[in-house]
Amino acid sequence: MKTCLVVDDSKVIRKVARHILETLEFNVAEAGDGREALAYCQDTPPDVVLLDWNMPVMSGMEFLRALGTSGMSPRPKIVFCTTENGVGHIRAAIEAGADEYVMKPFDRETLESKLQIVGLA
Amino acid sequence: MELSPVAMRAFAGLLKDRTGQELAASRHWRIETALKPLLRDRELPSFDSLAAGLADRRDIKLADAVVEALLNHETFFFREQAAFNMLMAGPVEALAAARGGTRRLRIWCAGCSTGQEAYSIAMAFADAGDRWRAWTVEIIGTDVSASIVGRAVEGCYSQFEIQRGLPVRQMMRWFTPDGDDWRANADLRRMVRFERHNLLDPAPFPGTADIILCRNVLLYFAAEERTRVFDGLAATIAGDGCLMLGAGETVLGNTTRFEPDAAQRGFYRPVA
Repeated sequence: MKTCLVVDDSKVIRKVARHILETLEFNVAEAGDGREALAYCQDTPPDVVLLDWNMPVMSGMEFLRALGTSGMSPRPKIVFCTTENGVGHIRAAIEAGADEYVMKPFDRETLESKLQIVGLA
Repeated sequence: MELSPVAMRAFAGLLKDRTGQELAASRHWRIETALKPLLRDRELPSFDSLAAGLADRRDIKLADAVVEALLNHETFFFREQAAFNMLMAGPVEALAAARGGTRRLRIWCAGCSTGQEAYSIAMAFADAGDRWRAWTVEIIGTDVSASIVGRAVEGCYSQFEIQRGLPVRQMMRWFTPDGDDWRANADLRRMVRFERHNLLDPAPFPGTADIILCRNVLLYFAAEERTRVFDGLAATIAGDGCLMLGAGETVLGNTTRFEPDAAQRGFYRPVA
């Protein structure tokens, strides 16, 4: 069973994402900010990280950059999942190494299709 | 609000007359959900009053509106991605080998809804770089609903629609934000042609199609109409062409004009 780390400072979003991911037969772990997520990844690398943009302590972009310089191999797939829906944000995320991008709000089919695109569903 | 058997028969009869599609009684909830906005728009108090309006025939646009509302427009980009990849790697490449002389391919998305399938095919060809540069690939999308064909031509999708199945890099390459929506760029729209067409009628173009996609459409047809549609598709497909159906669909028991492709599940060949 594949593992997805849901990184979001909103408990509600984490709960919704967890529910969807569990129906897609993922093990789900949660983190409330980028730093917590980084520590989790270094300890137990997940297959994919569902990553919010704006979070306290360490943002999604800061997490992505830190993950890139950590030398982790293989690196988990990164799917941004955010309300930041502008072209500039999407482009910046791709350039920083994100594999996919989900604009909130999202539903099961959208998330499933994005996980299929990164080869995990 | 109750959907009476009389109203149900009126709506089902209308849909079958216009499109050949069936309304299963087990899908009452879907019919109610689809028609409630129309009741509100027309300020009608019940489904029975809507059915009476159809029988009255004074409002000639009412029947069109009911049919449009009852059709299922569910679709998304690169639907059944594995099958889509198989289409491009298998039948498309095999036909390309056979069409090296003319370098022309015609692909028909029959029952294309709002156009995501046709645009997906266009992107798959365009993103293959030089592979298809010297080729003329004609992609035709058709649907029985005029308003849905209009939406496909516009190529304008909500945030919800755009990210269902479409990889973000392709979204950024081929679409541009348009208010809250995303619109297909002109170069993508130019690769695809859309027309209104009823699957019970002859194909809307002369000659043959090399590949026909008719996915998740025929399950809504009654057995007799489904066989008629298969007959029409068989009359239109090239002798060495390929028919692609949806994941849960088959020709078996529906027609003898096509047979399963032994090598590739979900694809069907015309019987000579």
